[in-house]
Amino acid sequence: MTAPTTTAPGKEPPAEEPPRPDDDFDRDVLPTPPGATAALLRSLLAPMKARVVVTTLLLLLQQGATQAGPLLVAYAIDSAVPAFRDHDHGPLVAVGVGYLLCALASGALQYAFVIAAARVNQDVLLDLRGRIFRHAQALSVDFHERYTSGRLISRSTTDVEALRELLSEGLQELVSVILSFAYISALLLWLDLPLGAVAVASFVPLYLLIRLYQRRAGRVYRVRSTAIAAVIVKFVETMNGIRPVRAFRREAANDADFAALNSHHERVNGDAILEMARYVVGSRLVANTAVAVIVLWGAHRVTDGSLELGVLAAAVLYLRRLYDPIDRLGMFLNSYQSAAASLEKIAGLLAQTPSVPEPATPGQLPPLESEHPGREVVFDGVRFGYRTGGEVLPRFDLTLPAGQTVAVVGSTGAGKSTLAKLLARFYDPSDGRVLLDGVDLRDLAVPELRRGVVMVTQEAFLFSGTVAENIAIGRPDATREEIEGAAKAIGAHDFVSALPDGYDTDVRKRGGRISAGQRQLVAFARALLADPAVLILDEATSSLDIPGERAVQRAMTTVLKGRTAVVIAHRLSTVEIADRVLVMEHGRIVEDGTPAELTAGTGRFADLHRAWRDSLA
Amino acid sequence: MATTPASTKDSEKPGDRSAVRTLLRLWPYVRPVRARLFTAAFVAVLASCTGLVIPLVLKWMVDGPVADGDSTGVWFGALYLLLLGLAEALLFGLRRWLVARPLAGVEAGMRAGLYRHLQRLPVAFHDRWASGQLLSRGTTDLMLVRMFLAFPLTFLLVNGVTIVVGVVIMLIQDWKLGLVVLVPALPVIVTCVVFESRYTKVARRAQDQVGDLTTVVEESVLGIRIIKGFGRHRSQARAFRELARTLRGTELRKAGLLATIWGVIVTLPEVAIGVALVLGTVQVADGELSAGTLVAFLSTALALRWPVDSIGFLLAMSQEAATATERYFEVMDAEPESQTTTAAVSASAPPAPSAPPSASVSDAGSGDSGLRFHEVSFRYPDAPEGTPPVLDRVDLHIRPGESMALVGATGCGKTTLTTLVPRLHEVTSGRITLDGEDITAMSRAELRAKVAVAFEEPTLFSAGVGDNVLMGAQDTAGQAELERALAVAQADFVYALPQGTDTQVGEQGLSLSGGQRQRLALARAVVGRPRFLVLDDPLSALDVHTEAAVEAALREVLGETTALIVAHRPSTVLLADRVALLSGGRIAAVGTHHELLRTNAEYAHLMAGTEEADR
Repeated sequence: MTAPTTTAPGKEPPAEEPPRPDDDFDRDVLPTPPGATAALLRSLLAPMKARVVVTTLLLLLQQGATQAGPLLVAYAIDSAVPAFRDHDHGPLVAVGVGYLLCALASGALQYAFVIAAARVNQDVLLDLRGRIFRHAQALSVDFHERYTSGRLISRSTTDVEALRELLSEGLQELVSVILSFAYISALLLWLDLPLGAVAVASFVPLYLLIRLYQRRAGRVYRVRSTAIAAVIVKFVETMNGIRPVRAFRREAANDADFAALNSHHERVNGDAILEMARYVVGSRLVANTAVAVIVLWGAHRVTDGSLELGVLAAAVLYLRRLYDPIDRLGMFLNSYQSAAASLEKIAGLLAQTPSVPEPATPGQLPPLESEHPGREVVFDGVRFGYRTGGEVLPRFDLTLPAGQTVAVVGSTGAGKSTLAKLLARFYDPSDGRVLLDGVDLRDLAVPELRRGVVMVTQEAFLFSGTVAENIAIGRPDATREEIEGAAKAIGAHDFVSALPDGYDTDVRKRGGRISAGQRQLVAFARALLADPAVLILDEATSSLDIPGERAVQRAMTTVLKGRTAVVIAHRLSTVEIADRVLVMEHGRIVEDGTPAELTAGTGRFADLHRAWRDSLA
Repeated sequence: MATTPASTKDSEKPGDRSAVRTLLRLWPYVRPVRARLFTAAFVAVLASCTGLVIPLVLKWMVDGPVADGDSTGVWFGALYLLLLGLAEALLFGLRRWLVARPLAGVEAGMRAGLYRHLQRLPVAFHDRWASGQLLSRGTTDLMLVRMFLAFPLTFLLVNGVTIVVGVVIMLIQDWKLGLVVLVPALPVIVTCVVFESRYTKVARRAQDQVGDLTTVVEESVLGIRIIKGFGRHRSQARAFRELARTLRGTELRKAGLLATIWGVIVTLPEVAIGVALVLGTVQVADGELSAGTLVAFLSTALALRWPVDSIGFLLAMSQEAATATERYFEVMDAEPESQTTTAAVSASAPPAPSAPPSASVSDAGSGDSGLRFHEVSFRYPDAPEGTPPVLDRVDLHIRPGESMALVGATGCGKTTLTTLVPRLHEVTSGRITLDGEDITAMSRAELRAKVAVAFEEPTLFSAGVGDNVLMGAQDTAGQAELERALAVAQADFVYALPQGTDTQVGEQGLSLSGGQRQRLALARAVVGRPRFLVLDDPLSALDVHTEAAVEAALREVLGETTALIVAHRPSTVLLADRVALLSGGRIAAVGTHHELLRTNAEYAHLMAGTEEADR
């Protein structure tokens, strides 16, 4: 079983003409409306406002408890020592009890804060993950055809991961750094205004340094993330295409390509690490110089008696704490930058509006008359063109009576798949309506719509899980008997039974090698189980051999008898069971009639059919 | 002989090897930069000790010049402080500078090694490993290894030395206070070790759950048409929400453990320092201790907090790096395809003597030229015990210049058979010869230069369309060959692409339809005018018109090559001179299409849909 390729094989852009060039989708970042990123962040945090406040409060208190230590040291040296000498043990006991309480409080508050913060973070992530997932699912097939699956997957994995890192490590760090800056500056100013002023003054060069670092590192990190992305693409592409790589002896050439990408990444990675090193050196230099200056000045003032010794001691202890977290600030800036970029990409994705929205007030299909499981399909003045321009289907009307099996033939790019996708409501028409028993498809909620119309495509993707589970996608509440019944009806029972664990074989595990044709049979079994009123088969038999195709046809004339069916196939063998054939060319239906009529005629279908019969002879 | 990679084990199996032994395996990669790494560690120790001297200078200032009102002394003290501060900053910078490029180099070297190795591992290995699993080894895991070399490796040493030096300094200043401060070190380290090991387990579980969540995301994107086609997006969203909630639960448990560790780390040392402060104050009041010593002592104690606290997370990082290293070597330990020829081995393989005379179809007279399968059997190396082989003593002879269609029921092993010719899989027994030469007797490069393949799943790489096609040719091939190949495959749509044959395709470029990709894959197979051609259902995604045109052009190419073509359709079969029917792992019949239609019921069933009488 080969890995599914990331480009959708079911997709058929007009084959012989270049695809829409004015497409934003070729770029990694979807256009993000201004302010969307901030709005997204706000809407994520809004429901947990109260908890954010509580969490912040916990951190405030925690910092208060932690930063009280040096104050107590100052008090001990300046007041408790003289008091103790005077046999007044009160201040010393106060220092001891105070320090102990602060220690316990800061530990307990730290514990509470970590847990409270984790709850907020995890709920934000849960919300965001859910939103991306649901939104991606709600977006139309049209969107998925243009925005490659790789990009969509990285939106919901690496980009969310970047935000997770920021939330779980960075943000907490930033808040505690800022808080301790504020606290310590305030304490220093309170202890001694001039000394505090010097410490605060040292923030100016530090601020400039951080600004400089942020600018330079931002540049380096952007280059680095592009570099690693190139490495990743090359890596994944090679591993997914390992068979052609080997068969065409690309190993050496690939090694060379990869070496170039890899060493570029190595260089910029080194640059990024060095940038961090420069920042750390710079901030340490500023911090250590400030300490020296404050000690010098403070010591002078202690000698001339204008400053207490304990206050100097406390100031020095605070200073060491003040400058300690600066390194971490640099790391925070890194994760902030990558998270901001990721969040912007996510906001761009979420800003896409589904072009096939669910109805606000869903309608109902009329009840089926008991002996007619099929429904009538009407294309009423339908026209379809891409949003970016380029008409695919010019305006047409078409009625498919209930229970009719209609084959649609024509060359690649003739518009067959588009017709099918309009009927399956993968797309909505640009003009006109598609009606199912008189009800506009746009008025049907998804469950109702899928009881009405089901489409089986050429790409027979299997989800991880057992074969039985894969078939049951057609109807999740189906019993094992019904699942096996569907498989038998389609001729898939024999090969499934031969798998190591039969229907319980995990399709992603050892021994689960399932060929392309077998996967298509599983896809059919799904459709049988779903038992829709209208069944659409879009190239759904391309990998089947003729007996497989026959089994499918048999199933359609027995199990699915009476359903309305639209069958698109390159193979004319499928047409044999059709009541009616539509030949399409350049988006138009050019021939319409029973197979017998068309075969007997002189049109395109007659030519095709003759060629096909010859090949069977 | 199948080269079964003996050492590949299932992924996600935490080994029983100790973390240290695992990490020692990194040595060959680190060796080239060892001088820098050791120097950097030494510099870091120096820098850290410089930091410890600063409180001593403070003490000297408080007890000496400050107490005596000696302003020159104060100036000197501040100058020392400044110099020490500058030295500390520059030494830390020097350390980072020393290791920055070398460690980026180690990471890149390991990544290139992984890529190189993976390209040469048997295809059977890649069948088992999802590319995402391999990628995470090449990215996240290697980053963890680099981080380990940059921080924990150095700082476990540095902090150890710092703690010892700091403790000695404190004990010298006042041994009683020193012991008091030392008391919580043991419980802190024990807590860290105990909780880290639990934390590592929960973290691993969280990682796995992220993996599961990613799988759901990937599948719901790749299978979007099925989900939409059956209206299953609600149940899919439910499954996703459940997994996401489970992950949240695990993450919260992780946070709980982390909170405990932090609580202990924050509380215990603070309590000890508080006790030391009270005792110290009493001593200062009694005149047993100078105020300067107390200040210096407390600064030292504070300076040691980070080294002590950090041991916990440094050990955790090391543990993570060990897991990453293990994951890396899981792949690196897998045996690559042998590059040497294995003719001797194959020749000595006894061709099952008890085998009944198989339906040998080779013409006795025509010798060994062309493509020939001799009693070829194959079973997947990872197939469960007791399953029958996919191919069972297949004998087939394709004469030089002949093209042979291979027909068989869905899933009967046709594709598997085609992968044996370019040795993407190795035969379990028997041999395959090209013009009489055993394919195991030639190097793989030589073999694959002779045999060109078009796969059922047409893969294009991120490169120009032209480059993608020319991959199948010698380096000397140029525009003329490209145009010819595109003409054969009826791929003239290429010229209408935005940049013609230079248009980028693949994951990074324009996406093409299945039929377009299939035609390019076909062009790639024929561009090098290979002696032997293997085509796996090469026309399945083409419409009838295009198929007919491709067939006409392909006939000319097939006239001059020896070809094996997997076919599902009569139209494809008709490209070939003869047809072989693969059934039950054996070649059941060989003949022309029309012969077999008349004489073989199974073939008639497969090709014309007629019911088999004798089934």
